Amino acid sequence: MDALVLSRMQFAANISFHILFPAINIALCWFLLFFRLRHSAHKGRDPVAAQAWEQAYYLWTKIFALSFALGVVSGITMSFQFGTNWPGYMERAGNIAGPLLGYEVLTAFFLEATFLGVMLFGRGRVSDRVHLFATLAVACGTTLSAFWILSLNSWMQTPAGFEMIDGKMHATNWLQIVFNPSFPYRLAHTLLASTLTVAFLVAGLSAWQILRKSANAGTHRALRTAVIAAAIAAPLQMIAGDMHGLNTLQHQPAKIAAIEGIWHTEKSAPLTLFGWPNEKAGRTDYAVTVPKLASLILAHDINAELKGLNEFPNAHPPVAPVFWSFRLMVGLGVLMLLTAWWGTWTLWRRRRQVSAALAPFSRWQLRLLAAMTFSGWLATLAGWYVTEIGRQPFLVYGVLRTADLVADHPPQMVLSTLIAYLVVYALLLVAYVRVLMHMAGPPKPAAPATLIGATP
Amino acid sequence: MTWNEILPLIFMAVMGLALLAYVILDGYDLGVGLLLPFATDAEKDVMVASIGPFWDANETWLVLGVGVLLIAFPQAHGIVLGALYLPVAVMLIGLILRGVAFDFRVKARDEHKRLWNRIFSIGSLVAAVAQGWMLGSYITGFDRGALSLVFAAGIALTLPAAYAMLGAGWLIMKTGDALQLKAVAWARRVILPMGVALLGISLATPLVSPEIFDKWFGLPQLFALLPIPLSCLAAFWATWHVIARPRIVAAGYGWVVFGSTVGIFIMAFLGLAYSIYPFIVLDRLTVWQAASAHESLVVIFIGVAITLPVIIVYTIFMYRVFWGRARELSYGL
Repeated sequence: MDALVLSRMQFAANISFHILFPAINIALCWFLLFFRLRHSAHKGRDPVAAQAWEQAYYLWTKIFALSFALGVVSGITMSFQFGTNWPGYMERAGNIAGPLLGYEVLTAFFLEATFLGVMLFGRGRVSDRVHLFATLAVACGTTLSAFWILSLNSWMQTPAGFEMIDGKMHATNWLQIVFNPSFPYRLAHTLLASTLTVAFLVAGLSAWQILRKSANAGTHRALRTAVIAAAIAAPLQMIAGDMHGLNTLQHQPAKIAAIEGIWHTEKSAPLTLFGWPNEKAGRTDYAVTVPKLASLILAHDINAELKGLNEFPNAHPPVAPVFWSFRLMVGLGVLMLLTAWWGTWTLWRRRRQVSAALAPFSRWQLRLLAAMTFSGWLATLAGWYVTEIGRQPFLVYGVLRTADLVADHPPQMVLSTLIAYLVVYALLLVAYVRVLMHMAGPPKPAAPATLIGATP
Repeated sequence: MTWNEILPLIFMAVMGLALLAYVILDGYDLGVGLLLPFATDAEKDVMVASIGPFWDANETWLVLGVGVLLIAFPQAHGIVLGALYLPVAVMLIGLILRGVAFDFRVKARDEHKRLWNRIFSIGSLVAAVAQGWMLGSYITGFDRGALSLVFAAGIALTLPAAYAMLGAGWLIMKTGDALQLKAVAWARRVILPMGVALLGISLATPLVSPEIFDKWFGLPQLFALLPIPLSCLAAFWATWHVIARPRIVAAGYGWVVFGSTVGIFIMAFLGLAYSIYPFIVLDRLTVWQAASAHESLVVIFIGVAITLPVIIVYTIFMYRVFWGRARELSYGL
C-alpha cells in the first residue's frame, strides 16, 4: 500500500475515534445543564426530587468528564495530523482553514477546558450560581466548538468566498466562508445527531441500570428526559436530513449519485432500497427498487432528472461505502424514531399510574433501549462516512484533490503509526465502554446529602 | 517596519508564548506524572487531585501553539511536522494514554487503578521524552548528522528531569506533611541532573550551529545577553537554598522552588528565541517567508486580540478558585 492509502486510513481511524466523543459531549452538556436546573428548581420545595436530579447530574458529569478527556486527546491528535500527513492541505488552503481552526481554539476550546475544571471540582469552592455558570460555559463552549469545526468541514464540502492565487486559496469574503452553502444544514444535522446519540446513550444506560436493579431515583428521571428528547429530536432530524440532502444534490451531485446508486443520468429515477453496488460493471446488482421515488425524495418532483455517476468521470466517490453507510444511517434513524415514540406513548398512557420515580416501561422496552445504547454512535459514524467519503476524490470539493496534498512519507512509517493508533484506540474504546458499564453498576455506599454548591 | 512585516512577528510571539505557557503548565502536570511511581497509593490520589482541575486547560496551550503555527505559518507547519513525524506520533500516543488514564483511574474498579496509574506515568514519560527529542531536532534544523542526533537525544533525556523539577515544585506548593517532604526530596534528586543538562544544552547549542555561536559570542551582544545566564544561576541558587533546608519550606516559602524553576524555563525560552530569530525553520525559512496571506492574519489577529486577554482572565480565575492545598478528588456520588 502507498502512503496515500495509509494516510487516508490513518486519518479515517483518527477522525472516527475522535467523532465518537464530541458526538456525546455536545449534547450531553445541555442534558447536564437541564438536570442541574431541575435540581435547582426543586431545591427547597421537594428535597427528594432535588436529590434525584442531582444523582442524575453527577453520574452523567462523570461520563462527560471521561468523554471529554477522550475527545481532547484525540482532538490534539487531529490537529497534528494536518501537518504530519497532509501538509499540502495547509499550504494551499491554510489561509482559510487556519483562521477557522484558530477561532475554534480561541473561542471554544479554552472556554470548555477551563470551566470544565470548575464544573467538575468546583463544588464546595464556588457558589451555586458560579457552578451553574460553569456548566453553562462548558455547554456553550462545546457547541461553539462544533460551530467552527462544522463551518470548516462544510466549507471543504461547499467552498465559497475565496479566490485562487498561484495555487493557493485566498479569502475574499469571510461571511461567505463561515456561512457557506451547506453549513446551516450540516450544523443542524450534526447537533441533532448529537442529541439523539446522547438521548439513546442516557436511555440505554438507564434502562440497563433498571434491568440490573442498580437504579436510583435519578435513573428514572434521566430515562424519561432522554426518551422524550429522542422523540422530539428524531423527526426533526429527518426533516433536517431531507433538507441537507436537497442541498447536497444542488452542490455535490456526485455524492448523491453514489448514495442512491444512480449510475446513469435519468428522469423519474427509481429509489434503490437495497442492492450490491458493482463499480466495475457500473450497476447495482440484486437491486430492490421503488419506481420514481428517488426523484420524488431528492428533488421533490416525480419527473425530475437526476445526474448519474457517468457525468463525473474520475471525480466521483467510491460507491459501495457511501451507499451502505447511508442505508445504515437511515435505518438506524427510523429505528430510533419508532423506539422513542413508542417510549413516549408509554409514558403518556401511564402518566397517572406511575409516579416520576418509577419506570413505566416493560422489560421488553427496557431491553430494546439497552440494546440501542450505542445506536447513536453507529448512525453518526455512518453519516460521517457518507459525507466524508462522499466528498472524495477531493479534499476541498472541486478544488483540491486529496492525492495532491498528502505527505510523501515512507509507507512503512505511516503503517507503523497507523497500527500504533489502532491498537491504542481499540484498547481505549474497550476501556471506555467497560467503565461506562461499571459506573452504571450498583451504587457506592455513603453519599453526602447535598453536593451541588455545598459550602464547606 | 510596516504592518505587513510586524504582523508575522506578532504571531511568532503569540506562538512562542503559547508554547512557553504549555511547557510550564503541562510541564508541571507531566512532572507530577513522572513522580507518581515514587509515592504511596494515598499520596498518588492527592498528587492526581492537585492537577485534576487544570490538565485539560493546560494541554489546550499546545493546541494553540500548533494552531498558530498552522494558521500563521502554514509553510513551516508542513516542514516542521513532516520532519518530526515519528516523535509527534510518539508524543501523541503518550499524551493520549496519560490524559485518559487520568480520568479512567478515578472511575475504574480498584483492581484496575494500579494499571491506570502505571499508564499515566508511562504516558507522561513518553510524552516528555518525545517533546525533548522534538525540541532537539528543531534546534539543529532537523539535521540528521550524528552530532545532531546525539544532541537531540541529550535533550530528550533531560527534559523529563526539568519537568520532574517543575512537578516537585508544584507538589511542594499544593501539598503538605509527608508528601510535601517527599516532594522536597524529589526536587533535591532532580535539581543536579537538570542543572547539568541545561548547562550542557546551553553550551552545545552554539557548537551544533555556527550561526547561533556568532549570535551569542560576538562582542557587544555578549554583555547584553549576560542577564540570561546570570538570572538562571540566581534561580538555581534560590531553589537549591530552599530545598536544602526543609524548614524554609515549612515556613511557607516552598513556592520559591516552583517560581524559580519557572524563571529558569522563561530564561531558557528567551535564550532560545534569541538564537532562532528571525527563522522559523532554522536556516531555511524566516518568519516572513512562512507567513500566510496578510488578510488571513488580520482576521485571526482580531480574534487573538479579543480572546487571549479573556482566556488569561478566566485562567487566573480558575487558579484562584483552586488556590491553596489540593483536596481530595471527588465529584461523584
